[in-house]
Amino acid sequence: MNKPLPTPLPNSLRQGPDVRGRFGDFGGRFVAETLMPNIVEVQEAYDAARKDPEFDKEWRRLLKDYVGRPSPLWFAERLTNHLGGAKVYLKREELNHTGAHKINAVLAQIMLAKRMGKTRIIAETGAGQHGVATATACALFDLPCTVFMGATDVERQKPNVFRMKLLGAEVNAVTSGAATLKDAMNEALRYWVANVHDTYYCIGTVAGPAPYPQMVRDFQCVIGEETKEQCLAIEGRLPDVVVCAVGGGSSAMGIFHPFLDDAEVKLVGVEAAGHGIESGQHAAAINGGRPGVLHGNKTYLLQDRHGQITEAHSISAGLDYPGIGPEHSWLHEIGRVEYTAATDDEALSAFMLCSKLEGIIPALESAHGLAEVIKRAPEMGKDEIIVLNLSGRGDKDIFTVAHHLGEAL
Amino acid sequence: MSAAAAEAQAQAPARSRTGRIAARFATLRAEGRGALMPFLEAYDPDPATSMAILRGMPGAGADLIEIGVPFTDPAADGPTVQKAGQRALKAGGTLAGALAMVRDFRRDDDETPLVLMGYLNPILAYGAERFCCDARESGVDGLIVVDMPPEEAEELRPYAQGLDMVRLVAPTSLQGRLPVVLDGAGGFIYYVAITGITGTRSAEVQDLEKAIPIVRAATDLPIAIGFGVRTPAQAADAVRVADGAVVASSLIEILAGTLDEAGRATSGTVRAVLDGVRALAEGVRGAREG
Repeated sequence: MNKPLPTPLPNSLRQGPDVRGRFGDFGGRFVAETLMPNIVEVQEAYDAARKDPEFDKEWRRLLKDYVGRPSPLWFAERLTNHLGGAKVYLKREELNHTGAHKINAVLAQIMLAKRMGKTRIIAETGAGQHGVATATACALFDLPCTVFMGATDVERQKPNVFRMKLLGAEVNAVTSGAATLKDAMNEALRYWVANVHDTYYCIGTVAGPAPYPQMVRDFQCVIGEETKEQCLAIEGRLPDVVVCAVGGGSSAMGIFHPFLDDAEVKLVGVEAAGHGIESGQHAAAINGGRPGVLHGNKTYLLQDRHGQITEAHSISAGLDYPGIGPEHSWLHEIGRVEYTAATDDEALSAFMLCSKLEGIIPALESAHGLAEVIKRAPEMGKDEIIVLNLSGRGDKDIFTVAHHLGEAL
Repeated sequence: MSAAAAEAQAQAPARSRTGRIAARFATLRAEGRGALMPFLEAYDPDPATSMAILRGMPGAGADLIEIGVPFTDPAADGPTVQKAGQRALKAGGTLAGALAMVRDFRRDDDETPLVLMGYLNPILAYGAERFCCDARESGVDGLIVVDMPPEEAEELRPYAQGLDMVRLVAPTSLQGRLPVVLDGAGGFIYYVAITGITGTRSAEVQDLEKAIPIVRAATDLPIAIGFGVRTPAQAADAVRVADGAVVASSLIEILAGTLDEAGRATSGTVRAVLDGVRALAEGVRGAREG
């Protein structure tokens, strides 16, 4: 594994974004003038780093020896038999160091920050997974780290707050707005505007101003590249369907992107339907939102008719965000990826089923993807293959699940 | 103002279209003084109070007025403006509501320039073309869209004839970005005096004395200084180096200080804010004397 990031072919769906940072009409650089030079600086640094074999070599070394890649592609035999249809494979990102896919892109971004001579890292976090991953990488690279986290989330994600502190990060509880993930991102942007000279903003998902959607995607593509190789090695062919939960959509972009030009592979993104799309209490930007501009990019957003951003709801804190990465918005509009949704209850059932049948406790985020597999696999032939990106482990979610089951821990 | 800068300004060609903003700056230039541009958040803390403040501002010495359009996620604003936005949203504030205030204001005042300042999403939700049309018809003169840098200006440009697109220039813009930022700019240049969010720090006069001539050498448009202008003395400093001073957070703080425990306006709210404007106006008007 010592190759530079792959260059897409002409007439490929993998060429985006354009020079304006757009995927179709989505994406862009919608930030205050004060931040523009920074965005351009990150873009230039990234463009240089991705062409540098030394950068790639060091990142691949970290992925192998620190993260524990490649992550296995596991044939979930009991789940397959239970569902009685397609062969179900799980891409086991939950086995990564820190327990989710987030670390893949964080390590690369922190390496980039070092190259740029930045001496402080900031990040936003909702559930705390990206915050923990960033705090981890900052410990490894000896950089001070401030994580912005909504005060509401600080209260409901105490174990991750403590983890970040153990790793040496400072957790800044954000009380502005609704005190959740979107407000944490606003606050991180505010901090960045005031500290542009020495600070690197490590964004956790495929959203934000260009180049973040592209950069985070490229660093997560290792998931899809491995899946492709592994599926070919095990089955001698590509999967029929690839499924992944979508909040901001970094794990989904990571597994989808290498398959975009393989027309025979159906790609399915699963949004969080919360209490149901019709209830209004959900986090499904594509299924229940409209295009708009927030946090530096144009994309599908949850908003009212006046263009005010509305609060997302999901049992999974990691999907609890009112937007989605701009490339997903584009893939939705051109029809390459199908975006469905799973409710809190469907995700909970999938969480239980996976734990009992496979001995794997999935993150509630990933359980949304699994809920779609549970619906879809029985309708497929026994010779067909469906892959789920199991993006994270569920240890962090046991308190939430216990609460929903009416059990005290 | 340096002699060279003054000369450059005097030789600047007249603007082809004289809207209210250009006309007001021309008048002030003739009077030899700078402009005071107070800011108010539409619907903060309620529509009637905010309308009364808007109506009273010209009489209290406002030369141009900036009206903030409330948005749930004002990523470039500090805590003071954020809270004003939250009060305004709670009171039902919308982009349509801000336009209605402008129409109301124009019944009695056809001269004071009004500039709407806000974020792009409410405009896109309203419909970019319909918004520009309604803004013009309501009597809006200029727009400041905080999260629409020049690279994204095409979102509104095709529809914005007759509206001055006021551009923000930050200290970080001075290294190489000025031509990009000034291309398509109208009305005046809004110089962001600090690299930071609104209302958090104050600008250093020495920094402004270095920065403003650089901007002035690159444009004929008047230059106003905002972000970090809080007191009458700072407003006076601003109009000594530039053509105008924008004051937001310190006026909002005055307003917030008069609210009752439930965040409602009290009998003293309008007067307190307008007294604040008067004090700033005195500072601005006295700035170039002696």
